[in-house]
Amino acid sequence: MNTVSNQSSGATLNTVTKQVMWNRLISVVEEQAQALIRTAFSTSVREAGDLSAGVYDEKGRMLAQAVTGTPGHVNAMAASVAHFIREIGVENMFEGDVYLTNDPWKGTGHLHDITVVSPSFFDGKLIGFFAATSHVVDIGGRGFGADAASVYEEGLYIPIMKLIDRNDVNQSLVNLIRANVREPDQVVGDIFALATCNGIGHDRLVEMMVEFSLEDLREISAFILENSKRATLERISSLQKGASIGKLTIDGYDNPIQLQANLEIQDQKVICDFTGSSGLDKKGINVPLVYTQAYACYALKCAIAPEIPNNAASLAPFEITAPENCILNALHPAPVALRHVVGQLIPDTVYNALDQILPETVPAEGSSTLCNFQLSLRPRTDQTPPPGARRGEVLTFNSGGAGARPTKDGLSATAFPSGVMTMPVEATEHAGPVIIWRKELKPDSGGVGKFRGGLGQFMDVGALEGHEFDFQAMFDRVNHPAKGRQGGGEGAATVIVRDNGEKMRGKGKQFVPHGQRVCLEFPGGAGYGQVGERSKDKIRDDFAKGYISKEQALTQYGLDQKDISQIESVIESGEFDKI
Amino acid sequence: MTDSRIRLGVDIGGTFTDVVLEKGGEQFSTKVLTTYIAPENGIIDGMNQVCAKAGIEPAEIGQIIHGTTLATNALIERRGAKTALITTDGFRDVIEMRTESRFEQYDLNLSLPEPLLPRYQRYTLPERINALGEVMVALDPNKVDAMVDRITAAGYESVAVGFLHSYINDSHERQVRDAFAAKAPQIMVSLSSEVSPQMREYERFNTAVANAYIKPLMKSYLGRLEQRLRDQGVACSIFLMHSGGGIISIESAAEFPVRLVESGPAGGAVFAADIAAKYGVDKVLSFDMGGTTAKICLIKDQTPKTSRVFEVARTYRFKKGSGMPISIPVIDMVEIGAGGGSLAHVDSMRQIRVGPESAGSEPGPACYARGGTQPAVTDADLVLGKLDPENFAGGSIRLNISNSEKALAESLGNELNMDAQTAAYGLVEVVDENMGNAARVHAVENGEDLSEYTMIAFGGAAPLHAGRLCEKLGVKRLLVPKGAGVGSAIGFLRAPFSFEANRSVFMRLSNFDASKISSLISELEQEATGFVQECIEGESSLSISAEYKVYMRYSGQGWEIPVSLTGAQAKEANQETFKRLFEEQYITLFGRPVEGMDIEITVWAVNATTPLPKPDLAETLRSRSKADQALSRSLFDPAIGESLKASIVDRNIMADGDYVDGPAAITEDETTIIVPSSRTAIKQPDGCIDVIVKAPVNLN
Repeated sequence: MNTVSNQSSGATLNTVTKQVMWNRLISVVEEQAQALIRTAFSTSVREAGDLSAGVYDEKGRMLAQAVTGTPGHVNAMAASVAHFIREIGVENMFEGDVYLTNDPWKGTGHLHDITVVSPSFFDGKLIGFFAATSHVVDIGGRGFGADAASVYEEGLYIPIMKLIDRNDVNQSLVNLIRANVREPDQVVGDIFALATCNGIGHDRLVEMMVEFSLEDLREISAFILENSKRATLERISSLQKGASIGKLTIDGYDNPIQLQANLEIQDQKVICDFTGSSGLDKKGINVPLVYTQAYACYALKCAIAPEIPNNAASLAPFEITAPENCILNALHPAPVALRHVVGQLIPDTVYNALDQILPETVPAEGSSTLCNFQLSLRPRTDQTPPPGARRGEVLTFNSGGAGARPTKDGLSATAFPSGVMTMPVEATEHAGPVIIWRKELKPDSGGVGKFRGGLGQFMDVGALEGHEFDFQAMFDRVNHPAKGRQGGGEGAATVIVRDNGEKMRGKGKQFVPHGQRVCLEFPGGAGYGQVGERSKDKIRDDFAKGYISKEQALTQYGLDQKDISQIESVIESGEFDKI
Repeated sequence: MTDSRIRLGVDIGGTFTDVVLEKGGEQFSTKVLTTYIAPENGIIDGMNQVCAKAGIEPAEIGQIIHGTTLATNALIERRGAKTALITTDGFRDVIEMRTESRFEQYDLNLSLPEPLLPRYQRYTLPERINALGEVMVALDPNKVDAMVDRITAAGYESVAVGFLHSYINDSHERQVRDAFAAKAPQIMVSLSSEVSPQMREYERFNTAVANAYIKPLMKSYLGRLEQRLRDQGVACSIFLMHSGGGIISIESAAEFPVRLVESGPAGGAVFAADIAAKYGVDKVLSFDMGGTTAKICLIKDQTPKTSRVFEVARTYRFKKGSGMPISIPVIDMVEIGAGGGSLAHVDSMRQIRVGPESAGSEPGPACYARGGTQPAVTDADLVLGKLDPENFAGGSIRLNISNSEKALAESLGNELNMDAQTAAYGLVEVVDENMGNAARVHAVENGEDLSEYTMIAFGGAAPLHAGRLCEKLGVKRLLVPKGAGVGSAIGFLRAPFSFEANRSVFMRLSNFDASKISSLISELEQEATGFVQECIEGESSLSISAEYKVYMRYSGQGWEIPVSLTGAQAKEANQETFKRLFEEQYITLFGRPVEGMDIEITVWAVNATTPLPKPDLAETLRSRSKADQALSRSLFDPAIGESLKASIVDRNIMADGDYVDGPAAITEDETTIIVPSSRTAIKQPDGCIDVIVKAPVNLN
């Protein structure tokens, strides 16, 4: 009797310990990510959170991943570790090794992302891997932009190889990288930051192994994967079954691009295939399949199983496919540097399909693609520049409005699906001779509806006296603004002009002479539901806060002149909240 | 009449106002309910109580030190004044656009916190200063005057001014303040360049707005408090505890009330630092666990770690990014939603989750039998034998164990196929692990190895969990001080007068300018000592010393690490020394330096402080006699995974040097100290319970 009860309680107690270990692994990868942010050089990692970090079992199955700003890395990095195991071979892996690649098809979709993988040994035995990815400031080639015709023009291509072999740094590789990039110190610094953060993850893992007297990760791995799989399958099987097609037309580089998601919810899985999407583009906006899978999967997980952590088992029931050499499954050597511009519109495409099966779940379309641009500033060339004029490379991340939700307005100037942050204007102005003259919300840019789309933003950009610059545009939604759901209105489109009124293109490198500014209007999110159903209180609130103008309030939301005058007088006294 | 040996510490918390009076070596304390409408009433009540206990008149009190959550609560509850922001044209929405990101990546229905001021209370003026501090667009005095008229006509009480790059050049902000002083002196003005002179506009503007928002309220409260105290015959000076762990004058507090945010928890950290000093331990982890949250702080060399930015009013499960950033010198603490009242549930992966939702005091945990049906941490503690149902809170609440068992079984056990005790075990392991993880991450961020640390635990729930937390973190020694229930108020009495001045000024080591550094440092030192001087006027016995710190990084990195300098290193600045100190610190944190990179300094800070009162070193005893442990009960030990027979000892009857081996529970009115099987607890002469790793069994 006694023995039996001890055994059964032993089995359950074990479950408690395993829960504790699962929590610990999640905390280990969060530490890994923090270490990377604190030691990284590129602004996209340290200010904006464009990175990922995770831990894998000895078979390369992802056990835990840090929640960072990059859904684009969600399962790409997981697939990546499998490539490392296959190409290097377990028999060639040793303590003190570190491997890397920036292969867009075996990493995370473009040459600018470097993935570093470190094997974890415990008591001389390989027990798992740590991997981390971040975006480096430069990788040579034409620089960060869409203008290349093939991946060969986009920069240095590092196949899967050893960066460190049994604690010996491969100096030839480091020299080769240094010689091929514009900012060698920073790029090499970032690569070592990736190795450092894997090392910190490994140290924490070893502490856990000792504390719990573990010999390997097999048991905890099985526990995590089993529980995650069951939770995900339970969630999927509770969904309405069905199939639907979602479409989205976007700007493209020279010609519009059609995206199509063919979605099917089955009992045990969700299938999303992109047959019907446009073919490859000539310019570097093509998307490798890993990146397509990441964003499609992210969109589905947000809608279906948001709280289940990412790992091999929770991601497995989402099957994402696309025909070879369509724009969403670009094969080598297609140019892919700006794969995010198209890739970040995948969630809207998927939601256009999902909305037909699971109504009242997903948001209306949003600005979706980040409104990023890069400036290459230099001393003016039309005249002798003043002393002190200098060169500078400045990359900024910005966001338009997100789509309205079934029960809430869209978020203004907030990234979705990307999770990155913007850089402070004051920090950007320290990075190079640039002046941001304006960065504020754009009224009337949110699509009208029962729930209003998030507002886009105005941004005016110039250079310090004595400088001119090339403006590298990476925008979409110039000709194809976000569309509403359930009768909601369109979000405002992207606008890009010089301050002399001359129009500029949404993509590609464009020269801006001395003394001129670029005036940007980032797009708004679309509305959800009929505008006639919007509550009067919300309309008055929007007008008081300046989210909508007097004209829009009168013509589209139906406020009358009396309302307008009343609100105008109370906001002048700063007391709208009191009425 | 005043007696400088009599000092009063007052901490206004969310539920209780704690009052501690020290008279020579004696200590008298009381807890009264916080009186929200007029918090000064609670203070007067508490003061009279402790004065009566001590047999003195309020007029004899030599010094009053006060800390309060009122500033924090006003921000959380949005109960500030009618406030306007004046900012640079084109940047009206900085405090609303935040970082343009979502703090929770997978929630499609996320709401972002509303800015403190809505858009129509944010005004702009044409002006622009660049990153070098040069004026690109001058501020037109006529437009400033027109703005003052507009703000005055609208009836604003308080104004924040935040212009871009004002941390380098504050002339435009000062121009606006001067205009208000001339035309509308009744309106309170807060300048971002004064409240928080640091780069990054969102944090700086938001801090200035928060200061302006609570200034009328705090100024009025502090004025009333002073008046009421004077009416009671109090003749001494009144000081305020600030978030950085030091004391400032009531006038400075009224001018910069945002610096009072989190002053209570700061007092707790100072309390722990004082115990650390008494015991001569250099590396301490303070652990404060109450009803709804737990706070963890690193204390090195008896000084709590400080930081330059923190978040208040988190709106989403204590999640980073869901609150508003306040950029002021602050004691660096991790706060997580884990307290005695934190509730547990089972999630979709059949994992037990605990907090941050809390049962609060109404209905409270299920065992309070006031209608709570979800299991709280306290319920699990009770079922595991950590609490005595008959003697909780000095016997004032009788705990109902069957309610706890029912709640645990229904909410957790049935889902997970566990009995109530195993569910309770799972619950406490999860909450202890959550706290352990928070402590670990915090230590890693600071490059510290916790196994070298001593834990000091206070707050009602901490002694129940501290022993297990030590096991999890590899911490070998735990001190549970006396008076742990009013720790923050005692901490106020141990705090030095101090003020940190800081400035964002970029300098690369390749562009090292020793003379610029020397003038910057002396400017900061003057500012900081000025504030402290104001406090100690007339007390010539106190000297003021300065601590120097710079924040450095490799050029191109975004995160700085703090590097401490000696006075000589700061004033006779030398490039090589700066480089060496930075690299040493970097290696401690991240393992290896980055070769061949330029290094830059971003922020300069000088903290002026009066010397810490020298604590008497505690006499520590080895265990010498076994405490009377006639009583015992069954106590679950999670490290072993079984219930064991544990000794029950009353803390009050333990003699100095008495020891008790774990498993044991040391009981007192306010809480219970759980001693795990792996540890031994010794009563020290100052009343501390010293919990150490059990000596190996002697086999001879």
